[in-house]
Formats: sequence, structure tokens, C-alpha cells
Amino acid sequence: MYSRKAAPRRLERRTLRDLQRLLGPENVLHEPEDVLLYEYDGSVEVARPDCVVFPQTTEQVAGLVQIANRDRVPVVGRGAGTGLSGGALAREGGIVVVFSRMNRILEIDLENQRAVVQPGVVNLDLTKAVEHAGLYFAPDPSSQKACTIGGNVAENAGGPHTLAYGVTTNHVLGLELVLMDGSVVRVGGRTPDTPGYDLTGLLVGSEGTLALVTEITVRLLRAPEAVKTLLAVFDRVDDATATVVEITARAITPAACEMLDGWTLRAVEDFIHAGFPLDAAAVLLIELEGLTEAVEVQAAQVFDVCTRCRAREVRLARDETERQRLWAGRKNAFGAVGRLSPSYYTQDGVIPRTKLPETLHRIEQIGATYGFQIGNVFHAGDGNLHPIILFDSRDPDQFARAVAASTAIMEHCLSVGGALTGEHGVGMEKSELMPRMFTDDDLELMRRVRDVFNPLGLLNPGKILPLGKGCGEIRVQPLPLRSSLPA
Amino acid sequence: MPVAEPPGAQDRSRSSEGPQWEDYARCIHCGLCLNHCPTYRLWGREADSPRGRIRQMLLVDQGQLRLGERFVQHMDRCLDCRACETACPAGVEYGRLIEAARARIEQHYRRPWLERAWRRLFFRTLLPHPQRIAQVARLLRFYQRSGLQRLVRASGLLHLLGVAERERLLPPVDDEFFFSCLGRTFPPLGGRRRARVAFFAGCVAQVLFARLNRATIRVLQANGCEVVVPAGQRCCGALAVHAGVRDVARELAVTNLQAFSVDGFDALVTNAAGCGATLKEYAHLFPLSERARAGAFAARVRDVTEFLAELGLSAPLREVRLRVTFQDSCHLLHGQRIGEAPRRLIRSVPGVELVEMHLADSCCGSAGIYNLTQTEAAFALLREKMGYVRATGADAVLTANPGCMLQLRAGVDLFANDARDPAARPIEVLHVMELLDRARAKD
Ligand SMILES: Cc1cc2nc3c(=O)[nH]c(=O)nc-3n(C[C@H](O)[C@H](O)[C@H](O)COP(=O)(O)OP(=O)(O)OC[C@H]3O[C@@H](n4cnc5c(N)ncnc54)[C@H](O)[C@@H]3O)c2cc1C
Ligand code: SF4
Ligand code: SF4
Repeated sequence: MYSRKAAPRRLERRTLRDLQRLLGPENVLHEPEDVLLYEYDGSVEVARPDCVVFPQTTEQVAGLVQIANRDRVPVVGRGAGTGLSGGALAREGGIVVVFSRMNRILEIDLENQRAVVQPGVVNLDLTKAVEHAGLYFAPDPSSQKACTIGGNVAENAGGPHTLAYGVTTNHVLGLELVLMDGSVVRVGGRTPDTPGYDLTGLLVGSEGTLALVTEITVRLLRAPEAVKTLLAVFDRVDDATATVVEITARAITPAACEMLDGWTLRAVEDFIHAGFPLDAAAVLLIELEGLTEAVEVQAAQVFDVCTRCRAREVRLARDETERQRLWAGRKNAFGAVGRLSPSYYTQDGVIPRTKLPETLHRIEQIGATYGFQIGNVFHAGDGNLHPIILFDSRDPDQFARAVAASTAIMEHCLSVGGALTGEHGVGMEKSELMPRMFTDDDLELMRRVRDVFNPLGLLNPGKILPLGKGCGEIRVQPLPLRSSLPA
Repeated sequence: MPVAEPPGAQDRSRSSEGPQWEDYARCIHCGLCLNHCPTYRLWGREADSPRGRIRQMLLVDQGQLRLGERFVQHMDRCLDCRACETACPAGVEYGRLIEAARARIEQHYRRPWLERAWRRLFFRTLLPHPQRIAQVARLLRFYQRSGLQRLVRASGLLHLLGVAERERLLPPVDDEFFFSCLGRTFPPLGGRRRARVAFFAGCVAQVLFARLNRATIRVLQANGCEVVVPAGQRCCGALAVHAGVRDVARELAVTNLQAFSVDGFDALVTNAAGCGATLKEYAHLFPLSERARAGAFAARVRDVTEFLAELGLSAPLREVRLRVTFQDSCHLLHGQRIGEAPRRLIRSVPGVELVEMHLADSCCGSAGIYNLTQTEAAFALLREKMGYVRATGADAVLTANPGCMLQLRAGVDLFANDARDPAARPIEVLHVMELLDRARAKD
């Protein structure tokens, strides 16, 4: 079979046996042929677990965690495995707990606009279940048709509409958790502000390193009365970024403000046919939501800003179909670009919006230095960048250069006062970069918090906090590497 | 025991046909397809998801995973519904990949003897031969009409054999087979000829869906089409392609390319989405150098809903008071990307109210012969589907593929026309063409 970093410890016989007894043998995978399908997620990282389990109830989760704790085996939660930072990968082997069978919506309370769900419920499925009542679940990552709410909670996922409505944490009221000793606790509640420490806030975004989440109470929003979606087309990238800066300066608050650069939009258009003009240097997709009159006023303002910033054209989506098409272009952008080369690598840096113009220049320079075309499609409104680097995973040199280029981009983000990740999480991908953003004291505090919940380090080890190894050392090549093509 | 062959060994000889590393690697393992896959939704396992299946195929292709029982099981469980293709942002051609995987299995894996025997019987002895299909159909008709079926059903024998559900899938055999129409030409009705089309009649459809075929021809005639049913046509080979029996499929393709010399026709029309998708992809069956002919042929193939929506209905329609829901046929929606055309035709009938059901774009479990080979999964999907049908309150479920109709009829029988509510009107299962035929203003 093929190589892997650090062979994980094999499970003891009794661990396996007890897991099988608890969950039924059909819900415990341990043959190499089966577990190798859990060594990947949406990222470029790879790590293989020893065993994969499919619990259906909170009690089963508690039981299996007890077994793992007793036998000192790592435990890693997994939703749909769409994560982009290797969060759901068993970096040190052990048990992957898949929540795909805990996917029931337990309660919908339309009057109080909230729902209680199991962690495996797919983000968009929740919205579909309540949209008949004019409600929806606000966090809208581009992966929302597949990713789970448990994964959203763990990564504190955001999306285009984060600009107006905030990230996942702003929509989670309470959680049921299984702690590493097997105890089941509840944090938060059914109302936004519960007394005591905000443990819900602490747990959201903890990437599965503090507890396994077994139930989530979420807030539902009422769909806006009016929505207007504008596509602004620019002949120069600088004009597009200047527009974003200006919209903010004028205190206009769009619900979403997304940018695609020329190279990316051509790749997307070729495949999705969203209606982006092929000769543009950049487009902005701006959405305004709210009361009908307010939206009208804002649309006029945005129109004005765009024209002043030399937009070539500002187009209004005429109907829902056209609006959906534009969004399809945005939401499928990664895949459409990825289509152009065997592998792609997406980054997730955050910068202050005012630094957008210079940052895009810097990214272009970095691309030239390392010999890559780097595409940009990102949440411009909150300065959350997603540069996409295309490379061929069969070529170790290209892989190394792709990593180096992306590190250089992250360093630039930090140097202009930004952050390592906007929404994809630290995972195993960026844990080694954490010291560049935080002091030893900062990290020590985080470590102490983790130790309260996860004293033995068995929950999702090797994530968020640095292991103290260099990037090159811990990275593994995406698999499979070889081609069956005759040379 | 089956053995893993060296990477890509047998494919190299015809490397222009089989998928290459790039075709698998196009999958960027983003997972966006997962929740669109019926089998992933059923079991929640990566191995039964598009992403996991592609990974397994790639590893087998690379010689890093054994072509063994497990691999075969996960490939067999795929419906080949191609919902993942529609969901995929990276343009992975899943249909081609699974067909290649199945061809590989067919060549390099020894199935248990009983399975081998019936597969040979079905794909090689029966399907390519219209006379044999007719013989089997007569036997079946005798079973259904002589009272034998009632007797057998009542006896409990089927339950004993564990085939009670499958027996439900047995469709009623038509009184008059369609074979007699082969070689005939049907003139356009009501004025000038608007188009000249060749009609693709299907294989088992000729004995099970002769009435549907006739209805389709009537609708085409009424809308100004001259309809030619070329003699010498055979099964399209879809079932063989999906099962990986590519040599049989290729032979059938050659016969059909011969039978339908497409010159002089505006279109080659079929009322079976499964056949249409395969006919449109005939080129995949041939090496690159021999694809031109199949390509020209494919360019003329139209699903009948696609064709009529393009042409525009000219026949007057009378009112049909019916609340209906539409089940997308996978090989129409995901295989041919046609979703709007059948809906437009349905809405054009006065009096018809179209109520969309939840997950109309998800497979009903029919999937060719999936309901026979993977009965448990097929019925789990069907049961769920019937729940959504019922929720619409529709009097009829419409679809655009005979295979789906068989499955939906069984579904209506088993799960929807509930005995507990005898007052409720039974739900009908209709092809879109049957609705249009019903709405045809009789002259
Ligand atoms: C094409 C594409 C586009 C994307 N776009 C966005 C975007 O716009 N915004 C964004 O924020 N993200 C985006 N992502 C990243 C990803 O979809 C999100 O991080 C998502 O929240 C992950 O959900 P998942 O169910 O796939 O989780 P997984 O990837 O399975 O797991 C993610 C993390 O959650 C943990 N986890 C999962 N379930 C539990 C649980 N029940 N208890 C404890 N821990 C758990 C895992 O251990 C892991 O650390 C995108 C990904 C792709 C492939
Ligand atoms: S073809 Fe259908 S069943 Fe098969 S992997 Fe794709 S979505 Fe799943
Ligand atoms: S959506 Fe496409 S690229 Fe993504 S995992 Fe599925 S098949 Fe692969």
C-alpha cells in the first residue's frame, strides 16, 4: 500500500471489540480498505485513522469516548469532510467519529425562530425545512449544500452573507456536548444571552479540540422583504478594490460583497455560464437586503459608488433565476477553477479592507516569484481572501512551491494587521503558523483552556495549537501521486 | 480470489477510451456532491458516496487497492443516477468513470456463479435479441393473465423465496407488442409537415410499453411530425453499458448506427431518458479514431420532451383536470441536463396543476435493473420517494422514462395507494407523453 507519515498506533483488540459491542459491528470500520476513505477531506492534507465509527445517539457518542479515553486513543469528529484545513483528519491516528447518521432535525420552533438539530444535519437542509415559513439559517458557506452544521460550529463557518449577519457563532444559542471523560453537558440555552461564562462562544470554532458536539440549538432568521443583487464590472482590479473601500467608507452595509478577478471569472464563466463578462479585470457581486425602500436607497448609493470608481457597467439581476445564476458562479468558483489543474490550494487570510488594493498587488508578485497563476475570489466586504493556487500534485517541487507561496501570502496578511484564517479554521494546515500571530503567552493561555476540556490531548490532536515542527516536516503529499499514464 | 491487475494494464490497449489519471484527479475531493447522492444519504458512508467511489476507482486504477469483493460491492451499489455530476463544481464526468469501473470489474472479477449465469442470460442472451424478448414476454403474460400470478401471490411462496417485493416490479405485459410497427411510417396530422423524425422504439419497451410508444407517436403526429420507425433497430445498450458489458453495447451501437442513417431526419426521438442518454454518448464506446460517425448520430438524438419543447406544441389541447407532480428521470436531468422541457410541456396542458415534490431530482431507485439487483436500497429510496409524492396531494406522478414508471408503479402499489384509506383515489403513474396524448383534442 502507500506511504504515510508517522504510522499511527494500532488499536488494541479490546478497544475495537468494545466499540463493536457498543455500536454494532456494522458501525465500526477498521479494515485498511475502509478507513483509507477517511484519510482525506476538502483540503490537500492526508492522514489515516485506525478506525471509523458511526454513532446514532448522544449516549453512543458518550460511550465511545469513554472507551477511547480509557485506552488513550485519539478521537476526531467528522461531519461531511468538506473542511479545507484538514480539521477532520486523524493526524495521530485513532478513531474518527462520523456524524452522518446523526442527521435529524429534532425540533423546529417557528414562533420563536429557532431549531434544535443533530450535528450531522446538512446546512442547506435546515433552511429547506423552514423556508416555507419564511425563515432560514443564516451562515451560508459556499459548501452549504454539503457541509454539516456540526462542522460549521466546529469551524465557526462563514459565507458571503457573513458581512451582514455574522458567522456561525452569531447563530448558535446552545450546545449539547460530550466531554472527553464521557460526560454529557449543555452550554448556552435557548435564548441569546445566558448567564455565566459564554462557553458556547468558546466551543464554537474550537475545531473539535474541546468536545464533540451532539446537539445544536440554532437561531433562524426571517427572510428579508427585498433582495437586490448587483454585478459591477471593472476594467481594472484597483477600481474594484477601491469600490469596496469606498462602500465601507460611506457606511453602506451590503448583505454580501464578493469579488472575482478576471482570470478566475473566465474560468468560472467557461463552465458555469453565470453571465460574467469575459473581458473584465474584476467583478463585484453585491447584494442588498432589507425593507423594500431601504434597499432601493442603498442600491442607488452602491450604483453611484461603482460608477465613480470607474465601473464599466453595473447590472441588476432581473429575477431570482438570474440572481441564482450569479451566485452559482460565485459558489462554484473553487471547483470551476480547480478543474483547470490536477490540484489546487486555497488560502483563507483576512486583512483590513483598506489594505485590499496593496494586498492584491502583493499576491500577484508572489505568484510571479513562485511561478504560479494565483486566482482571487473572495469575501471582499470583510477582507477575507481566498487566493487559489493551481498546481500538479504529482510534482513534489510544485507542491513545495505552492506551500511556500501560500505561506508568503499568509505572512503578508499578518504583516498588514490581518489574521491567519477567516473561516476555514486553523486545522492541521496552519497550526504551525499560529506563533506568527500570537505570542507564547497567548498560546499558553489557549493551551490551558484546551487542557481543561481535553487534558490528555486525545481530542483532535495536532490541530490549532502548534506541535513545534516545521511546515515542511508535517506536510504530506496529496495522494495518489502516480499517474497510470505511460510516461 | 480476484487479483489486482497491474496499474491500467488492460486499458492501455484502448487508452483512448478509458479514463485517465486526469479524469479521476479532476475530483478535488471537495465533498459538495455527497448530499446529492442517494446512496450516501441512505447510509452516510464515504465508500458509497461519489467522492469515495472515485477515490476507490483511482486507487484500483493505480494498483494501490485490490479489485476485490468490497470494491465491487460499492460500485454495484451506485445507481449510476449521475446526480453527483450535476452537483459537482469541478466537472467530474462520473458517468464515464463508473462505466469504466464496471467494465473493469466485468473483465477482471469473477462473480459468484449464479450471478454470472443470470448476467450472461440477461445481457448477452436476452437483451440484444428482440425475438427472445417477445418469447419471454408471452410467457410472462401467460403468468399474469392465467390466474397463476394471483395464485402464486396468495400462496406465500414468493415470501418464502424472499422475492415478494421484486415480483411486484413485474410490469403488466402489453396486449399487442410494438414490433409490428417497426419499418412503418406515420404521417403528420392536421396540415403541413413540421418535422421528420426517426423513432427509437427500445427493447423491453416494445413488449411492456407498446402503448406508451403508440401514444408518443400519436402526439408527435398531432404536432405535425412525420414519424419513421426504422426496421433493424435494436436495444440501445444502456443496460449493458451500465453493467460494464461493453462489447455487447458496442455491437448494439454498430447495429443502430446502421439502422438509423440520420440524414433526412430532423431528429432521432426517444421517449426513454435512459436510452437517450446512452445514444447521445455512443461515441464513448469507440476509440477516438472511430468516433466521428457516432458523434454525428448523437447530435441528432433528442429526448421527446426536449424535441417537442423546442419545436413548440401546435396541436390543440383540451382540458385535463389533474393535480400532478413530476419525478425527474435521472438520465434526463443529470444525464442530459433536461429539466425544464418536460415541465413546460406539462404546464401547457390546460387544467393541469403541477406541484413540485421535495427531492424530485433524486433517484426513485429504479436505475435500470438496480431494483432487481439491489432491492433493499431501491425500496428504501422508493418508500421515501412515495412519502414526498403523497405530500404533494397529486393525483398522478409524471415522469419521462419507462424504467422509472415501472418503479413508481410498484411504489404507488406498495407505499402510496394505502389500503388504510380506501376512499383515497389511487395515484396514477404516467409518462409526460401519455398526459399529452390524453389532452389531445380527439378529432
Ligand atoms: C468548495 C468549498 C467551499 C467552501 N466554502 C466555505 C465558506 O464559504 N465558508 C466557510 O466557512 N467554509 C467553507 N468551506 C469549508 C468547509 O465547508 C467548512 O469548514 C464546513 O464548516 C465544514 O463542515 P463539514 O461538515 O464538512 O466538517 P468536516 O470537514 O467534517 O469537519 C470540520 C471540523 O469540524 C469538526 N467536527 C465536525 N463535526 C463535529 C462535531 N459534531 N463535534 C465536534 N467537532 C466536529 C472536525 O473535527 C473538524 O475539525 C468550503 C469548503 C469547500 C470544499
Ligand atoms: S451516480 Fe448516483 S448513486 Fe452513483 S455516486 Fe453518483 S449520485 Fe451516488
Ligand atoms: S463534487 Fe466533484 S470534485 Fe467534489 S468530491 Fe464530488 S466529484 Fe469530487
